[in-house]
Amino acid sequence: MSAAPPSVSSAWAVELVGIDKRFGPVHANRDVTLRFAPASIHGLVGENGAGKSTLMSILYGFYEADGGEILVRGKQVNIRTPQDAIRLGIGMVHQHFMLVETFTVLENLLLGHEGGPVLGPAMARARAEVQALEQQFGLEVPLDALVSDLPVGVQQRVEILKALYRGAEVLILDEPTAVLSPPEVEQLFRILERLRQQGRTVLLITHKLKEIMAITDRVSVLRRGQVVAEFVTKETDRQALADAMVGRKTSLAVDKAPATPGPVLLSAQNVNVIDARGVTTLKDACLSVRAGEIVGIAGVAGNGQSELLEVLSGMCRFDSGTVTLKGDEIGPATKYDAADARRRGLAHVPEDRLKLAVIKEFPAHESAILGYHQDKGLSKGWRLDWKRVVAKTVSLMEQFDVRPGNPNLRTSLFSGGNQQKLVMAREMDREPDILLVGQPTRGVDIGAIAFIHRQLVSLRDRGKAILLVSAELDEILALSDRILVMCDGEIVGELSAAEATEGRIGTMMAGIKDTPAVEGVSA
Amino acid sequence: MDIFLTLLSLLDSTVRLATPLLLAALAGFYSERAGVVDIGLEGKMLVAAFAAAATAAIHGSAWLGLGAGILASVILALLHGFACITHKGNQVVSGVALNIVALGLTAVLGNAWFEMGGRTPNLPADARFGEIILPLAEALRGVPLLGPLYFELISGHNILVYLALAIVPLTWWIAYRTRFGLRLRAVGENPAAVDTAGISVTRLRYQAVLIAGLLCGIAGAYLSTAQGAGFQANMTAGKGFLALAALILGKWKPVPTLFACLLFAFADALQTRLQGVALPGIGEVPVQLIEALPYLLTVLLLAGFVGKAIPPKASGRPYVKDR
Repeated sequence: MSAAPPSVSSAWAVELVGIDKRFGPVHANRDVTLRFAPASIHGLVGENGAGKSTLMSILYGFYEADGGEILVRGKQVNIRTPQDAIRLGIGMVHQHFMLVETFTVLENLLLGHEGGPVLGPAMARARAEVQALEQQFGLEVPLDALVSDLPVGVQQRVEILKALYRGAEVLILDEPTAVLSPPEVEQLFRILERLRQQGRTVLLITHKLKEIMAITDRVSVLRRGQVVAEFVTKETDRQALADAMVGRKTSLAVDKAPATPGPVLLSAQNVNVIDARGVTTLKDACLSVRAGEIVGIAGVAGNGQSELLEVLSGMCRFDSGTVTLKGDEIGPATKYDAADARRRGLAHVPEDRLKLAVIKEFPAHESAILGYHQDKGLSKGWRLDWKRVVAKTVSLMEQFDVRPGNPNLRTSLFSGGNQQKLVMAREMDREPDILLVGQPTRGVDIGAIAFIHRQLVSLRDRGKAILLVSAELDEILALSDRILVMCDGEIVGELSAAEATEGRIGTMMAGIKDTPAVEGVSA
Repeated sequence: MDIFLTLLSLLDSTVRLATPLLLAALAGFYSERAGVVDIGLEGKMLVAAFAAAATAAIHGSAWLGLGAGILASVILALLHGFACITHKGNQVVSGVALNIVALGLTAVLGNAWFEMGGRTPNLPADARFGEIILPLAEALRGVPLLGPLYFELISGHNILVYLALAIVPLTWWIAYRTRFGLRLRAVGENPAAVDTAGISVTRLRYQAVLIAGLLCGIAGAYLSTAQGAGFQANMTAGKGFLALAALILGKWKPVPTLFACLLFAFADALQTRLQGVALPGIGEVPVQLIEALPYLLTVLLLAGFVGKAIPPKASGRPYVKDR
């Protein structure tokens, strides 16, 4: 199939007309009408739970809509299964990759598109075809490597290639940049540009407005299941998009007074971590955090930030150096675990919420006391006092505006933003003197981001020490009083809030640009 | 020469004992590679052994018996599929339940039909799978070394032994060289990837479970109509579990699984020969200890002598589209 010439752009690549979908009491999509032009990149933004993913899953045949119709290239179609979608030239790159990790790249591409009951001849044909596609779109992937050995960015390219190999004219990408480092994002965007040039239609679901501004042609905003605005990207700006998303004026900047730092509460001197493979993942780390300041750590993911957080929070041992916590020295041989850390007044909001901070299957009130479950206030003798646990959870939920405010709901049924607010509430509730925060707003919607930022600043203003690790440079810049930059396991530079600019931090981080940052290793 | 002949006969019984293990382990291979844990190998083998022996006793045909055995085993397999795939039940619980049902059902039906305390009548030779003497085996018997090797070890087994051995390379080929195999392995690792590729997870898993039923059926028929001459209550005696252990030891791969089965069977063959033999310096070892040999070996091997065995990632997990 060749690219549609722009002159016939009156025909849309895909039209969704009056799509309606309910999941029980939840009205996920209400009368959604969207039209996507061929050879374009169309952005779809909205807060978590706005119905973006549901809508795209309907287009890909994962769910069936309760009402409305779908038109592909002007013709009304029925899409009941992914098979139907694939046949109509619709491909999807899911947020969680749909790859078989123990297979090679080529085997993954073949799956469902084998071209015959025996693999041998089909493999050879596929190899040639895939190589042609790789060339056409500048998507290089090692065809014979095992998927599990590939970095996340490359796995994503495999997903894109898979969709193209199955003949996708329309490509849906669900939060594609959530797992990528900045250089990988750039690479992805080059691929998307190439797809557009070649006449394909790209639907980009994201809640990162910067990316929408950078790459899309048009953007539609979803709120509570409805399309509330549509813009030509060139004619709008981030503020307008953000307002449309949350339905009220939001401020992206954080209001905060200059810091009034007190004594040093947490410091590290020459801390080294050597992992099981013998690689030094944290090299001679030295830092200090004072009462009443936020110290931000910038860097491409996988450059030692995770190890630093794990050492300071007592989750992982270190091999040499000293950590000083409120005047007490902790060496490699000192007994210091997460419970000790909490007892000494250090709280930790881990980077990976679902793996380290909550248990998805637990009701919210159980997730809300993890790590503090031995508090006297929550127990009757040796038993937990569930009434008090639930009451505590309700009060945490009220303070941090966790929605829905139901302490008995399963943790996994809350959106990412609300899960995060619950974790923040739990960790900040005991007024810790020191708070370690990793990726506080990863997968969190804009409304919640502003709330979380305000809470962090107010904790700082109450004279607490905060160490913030974030992959979002904007976040680091907005919150930090001092910024440390990490690269390859080392702290390579320090800037005060006043001297820090995106450019300067970027240059410090950029030292590692050529060595591929293998994400996931640290996660 | 005496030692050589003893060794040959030891290896010969190893092959005979390995056959049902191998068939059941391969059944487990298909099921577990598709992501359906199969604790019920034991139960499927048991009902197949009973159905085969009962049918062969009544109709006098080993082949009819085999058909009945396969049918019985497949019915159990479908029940397992219905519970685990269609209704997304717990696969271990379903498997255990099937084992219990099989144990009770065969005993009750056996008693009701034949009134022999749960046994079926002894089968005459023509209602069993007989030994096949391969061409030239007699003639070559006199050739030193190779002659006896060919006559004792390679020739003189029943057809199901050869069939089981042939299924190993066939399974390898199916799993790694065909479209079905690719999808089978994929659905056991990441069913969501299979679903989004437009392939039905349910259909694939049912196919796998059916193949497992077929193979367990052959294994069961072998026990009662080829190796034995009739059914006895609980005649599988843990072979289904041993087959599972062999599958794990073989890291869910067909050829290593074959060797694991041979190893277990060898321990079993050795065990029967060691009973009553006085070992130098120790004296006679208690029978119970010797009988435990294959199982002790299993525990030891699985306890970590073989490196890490990584099961198919999605095995044991029903596929539910999550929202």
